[in-house]
Amino acid sequence: MSFLGEPPVRDQRSPRRKKATKPLYEGPDWDFATMKRTYEAIEEIAVGELKLDCYPNQIEIITSEQMLDAYSSISMPLFYSHWSFGKRFARDEKLYRKGYMGLAYEIVINSTPCISYMMEENTMTMQALVMAHAAFGHNHFFKNNYLFRQWTDAEGILDYLSFAKNYVARCEERHGLGAVERVLDAAHALMDQGVDRYNRRSRPNLAQERERAEARREHALATYNDLWRTLPVDPNKPKRQSSETEMEEGRSRLALPEENLLYFIEKFSPRLEPWQREILRIVRNIAQYFYPQKQTKMMNEGCATFVHYKIMNRLLDLGLITEGAMLEFIDYHTRVVFQPEFDDRRYGGINPYALGFEMMCDIERMCANPTEEDRAFVPDIAGNGDPMGTLRTAWADHRDDSFVLQFLSPALIRKLRLFKIEDDPEKPELRVDAIHDERGYKRVRKALSRYYDIGLREPDIQVTDVDLKGDRRLVLTHKVRDGVPLEEQDARAVLGHIATLWGYDVKLHGIDADADLLIYSYEASPPAA
Amino acid sequence: MHIVDRRLNPKGKSHANRQRFVRVARSEIKEAVERSLQKRGISDVASGEKVAIPTKRIHEPQFRHSSTGGKRDYVLPGNREFVQGDTLPRPQQGGGEGGHEGSPDGEGEDDFQFVLNRDEFLDILFEDLELPDLEKTRLKETMTFKQTRAGFSTTGTPSSLNITRTMRHSLARRISMRRPKRADVERMAKEIAELEAQAGLTSEERRRLEELKTKYTFLARKLKATPYVDPVDLRFNRFEPTPQPTSQAVMFCLMDVSGSMSEYMKDLAKRFFLLLHLFLRSKYEHLDIVFIRHTSEAQEVDEDTFFHSRESGGTVVSSALREMQKIVAERYPIDDWNIYAAQASDGDNFSSDTETCGELIQKSILPLCQYFAYIEVLDEREAPILRSESNASELWRCYKGIAADHENFAMKRVFARSDIFPVFHELFAKGRRAA
Repeated sequence: MSFLGEPPVRDQRSPRRKKATKPLYEGPDWDFATMKRTYEAIEEIAVGELKLDCYPNQIEIITSEQMLDAYSSISMPLFYSHWSFGKRFARDEKLYRKGYMGLAYEIVINSTPCISYMMEENTMTMQALVMAHAAFGHNHFFKNNYLFRQWTDAEGILDYLSFAKNYVARCEERHGLGAVERVLDAAHALMDQGVDRYNRRSRPNLAQERERAEARREHALATYNDLWRTLPVDPNKPKRQSSETEMEEGRSRLALPEENLLYFIEKFSPRLEPWQREILRIVRNIAQYFYPQKQTKMMNEGCATFVHYKIMNRLLDLGLITEGAMLEFIDYHTRVVFQPEFDDRRYGGINPYALGFEMMCDIERMCANPTEEDRAFVPDIAGNGDPMGTLRTAWADHRDDSFVLQFLSPALIRKLRLFKIEDDPEKPELRVDAIHDERGYKRVRKALSRYYDIGLREPDIQVTDVDLKGDRRLVLTHKVRDGVPLEEQDARAVLGHIATLWGYDVKLHGIDADADLLIYSYEASPPAA
Repeated sequence: MHIVDRRLNPKGKSHANRQRFVRVARSEIKEAVERSLQKRGISDVASGEKVAIPTKRIHEPQFRHSSTGGKRDYVLPGNREFVQGDTLPRPQQGGGEGGHEGSPDGEGEDDFQFVLNRDEFLDILFEDLELPDLEKTRLKETMTFKQTRAGFSTTGTPSSLNITRTMRHSLARRISMRRPKRADVERMAKEIAELEAQAGLTSEERRRLEELKTKYTFLARKLKATPYVDPVDLRFNRFEPTPQPTSQAVMFCLMDVSGSMSEYMKDLAKRFFLLLHLFLRSKYEHLDIVFIRHTSEAQEVDEDTFFHSRESGGTVVSSALREMQKIVAERYPIDDWNIYAAQASDGDNFSSDTETCGELIQKSILPLCQYFAYIEVLDEREAPILRSESNASELWRCYKGIAADHENFAMKRVFARSDIFPVFHELFAKGRRAA
C-alpha cells in the first residue's frame, strides 16, 4: 500500500520474523489489555528494529474536556493559573463545540517518564498510531536531540511545574490576584526574549577575582618604570571623562549587551520584590524549557511521523494488524502529511509534518539507493546502507535550520516544487528568485533554512545600556534586519510591561543592522504608583 | 510502561483560569451584557449568554515582526509555471482589512467571543448577586391533592375492583373449602343418568348407583353452597389523596408605559422582572408570563411591545389591575395556578384612581396572589429628592397602608441597577422572616 508518491524503501536489514497468526486486535474498540498488548508489539519494533532510545513511557487516557484543559495551559499537565489560559480555553472550547476545530489525538510531554495523553474517543488503530508516534517517535527525539539534552531537564520538569503552581498560588494569596497578575502579564509578554541562546559565561568567584587582582598588581610592580611619571602632560588634550569610564565599567559589570531580557530584569531590576523575581524566574525557566521545541518543530514531527509510518507498516507485515486497520491508518496519515500548494485555498504555510516526513523518507532513500546527484550532494551518507543509523544521528545533532541546510536534497526540492519569492518593498513587483532547478537549489535551501532559523524569525532585541548612576533608564536596542519593523502597538505595550517590571523609564531604539542608523525610538514610563 | 486512566479525574481544571479571565475582562463583558439585555427576552435568561468583547484589554502583546514592510523572502511549494526572474504583482493587502472595522453590534472579527454561563451572566447583570441566598428564600406554595395508590381494601367502588387480587383470594378459598370441580360433578350426573337408563341392573350396579346418588347430592349441594367468587374475596384498589405542590405558576408583569416612564426606568423594571422570572423558574415546572401594560387603559401584550413601544396618555393604574383580574378569571383558575404579580411604575397615577387601586388590591388581587410586589422605579437623578418617604407619590402612600396588613404584599423603590438585587432579596426574605 502506498500513498503520497513513492513509498519509502523498506529497511533492508529488518530481521525476518514469522508472520503472526492472529492480529493484535480487530474492530475499532480498545481496552486496556489490547492497549498493553499492542504497546508491547510496537515496543519490540521500535526498540528492537529501529533501535530507538526512549524514556520510560506512561500513557494516560483522557476525555475531550481534559484535552481542552491541557490545550489551554500550554499542554502541560499542571500549571499555574493565569487569565490568558482561561481565554484560550474559552476560545478553544467555542471552536471545538462549533466544529471548527478537531482536537489533537495526543499530547506528549518531554519528561521522565514520558507522558502521552491519548483521547478516549480514539479507535484502537488510532491508539496504536498515537503510541508509535508519541510514545516512541517524539520520546526518542526528546531524549536524544542535543538541544533538549542541553536545555531541558526531563527528570525535573513535573516537580518544577508543581512548585511553580504552588508558588504562584501562594503569592496570589499573600499579595493579591492583581499584583501577581501584573507580574505574570509582563513576564508572559517577554517570554520570547526570556531564553538563553548560548551558555552563560560563568562569573569568577571571589577567590578567583582576588587572584586576578593580585596578578595584575604584580604585573604593574614588575613593569614599573618611573620614567612615565616625568612625561609632560599636554594641557590642551582633554582628560578622559571619568563618568564615561564609570559607565563603561558599569556596562561590563552588568555583562551588557544582554539578550535575555527576563534574566536581566530579574537580576538587576532596582524595584522588584524577591517574590516578583522568583515569578520572573519561573516564567523564564518555562520559556527555556519550550525553546528547543520551537527550534525543532519540523524535525520532531518528521521524526515521529516517520517512526509511526515505519512501525505501522511493520505491524502489517507481521500480520499484527488487519488490512482494514491499515486503511484507516493510511487515511489518517495522508491527512496529516497533506501539503496544499501555494495557490490552494487551504495553504497555510509549509506543513511541518509533511516536510519533516518527506525529508526523513528522502534521507532513507539516499542511504539505501542513491542517485549520482545524491552522491554529489551528501557524499558521506549516500549509499551507506544504514538509513536508521543515519537518521538517528541527524535527529540527535540538528535543529530545523541546520537540518534543512544539510539534508534538503535537490530531488526533494523538485518533488515539492519549491520556489523562492523575493519581496523587496522598493521594487513594484514580487520577483521569483529561484525555482527547483540547478541554479536554484542552493538558494531555495538557504532561504528555507533561514525561514526555520529562530534567531531570524524573532526580533533581535537586547539590553544595551542602563544608567544606574543617573535616572536608571533602561535602554533596549532592536537590530532591524532587512528593514522589517516591529508591530508598533504591540511593541509599545510590551515596553509598558517592561517599565512596570523595571520601575523606571524604558527606551527602545530600532537600529538598522547594516547601516547602523537609528530608525525609530519608543519610550515608556512605569505606571504611577 | 503504565497506562493510567485519567478520565475520572476531577473536572473543571481550568476553572481558576476562567475566573481570572472573567475578572480581567469584566468591564468589557459588562458592556456586552448590557447590550445584549436590550435584545433578549425575559424567559431566556437562564441559558447563559454569548458575549463578544473587544480584544484590546485581553490582548497579549509581544515583540514581533510587523506583517508588512521590509525585505522578505518566501519559500513556497507547488511551483507550476514560474521560472527564475519572473515578476508578479503584489497580492492586494487590503483584502482582509474590510472586516477590521467591527460591526456596530460589536461582533466584528476582532472581537473575542465566548459564552458566559448562567451564574456568570447573572453575577454581572446584578453586580455581585449571591445566588445561594435565592435558594434559601421560601415561597408559599398552594397544595393540590392527587390520588395515589395505597394498597388494597375490602371495600370500594366496582370500578376500582382489583381482579387479580380478587381471583387469587377466590382460588385460595375454593381450595381450602374443597369445592368440587363442576366438571367432576357433571360427569357423575351423566354416569347416574346412564345407569338409570339401563334396564336390568345387577345388584352391584344398583349399589353403585345408590352410592353415586348420595355422593352426587352431597357434592351438588356443596358446589351450590360454595360460590365461585364470594364477597369476602373481593379486593379493591385503595387510593389516598396526597398533597402536592402545584407545579405551575403564572407571573404577571404590570407596567406603566405612559410618557413619564423613561427608557432607563423601563430597563430597571425589566431587570426586576428578569430576576423574578428566574427565581420562579427554579421553583415551578411550568411558568407562564403575562405582560400587561397600561396607560389610561390596560391591555395584554407580547414581551417586545411591552418593553419597547411607547404610549401616550394618562395613567390609570387600576385598569391594569382589572385586566389582571379578568385574565385570571378567564385562564388561570387559582386552584391550579400559583399566581405572582409584579408591578412597576413611577408612582404617577390619576389622583382619583389611587383609592380604587387600594381597594382593588386589597379586595380582589391579594386574595388571588401568592405574592404581589410593587416596585417604584425612579430616575437616578431624582434620587436625592425622592429618597425620603415624605416626598413619595400618592400611590406609594396608599400601598404603604396595605403593606402593613398583608404579608404577601411587598413594595420597594429602586433608583439604580445595583438596587435591584437587594430589593429583590428583601422582598422575598420578608416571607421567610414571618415564617
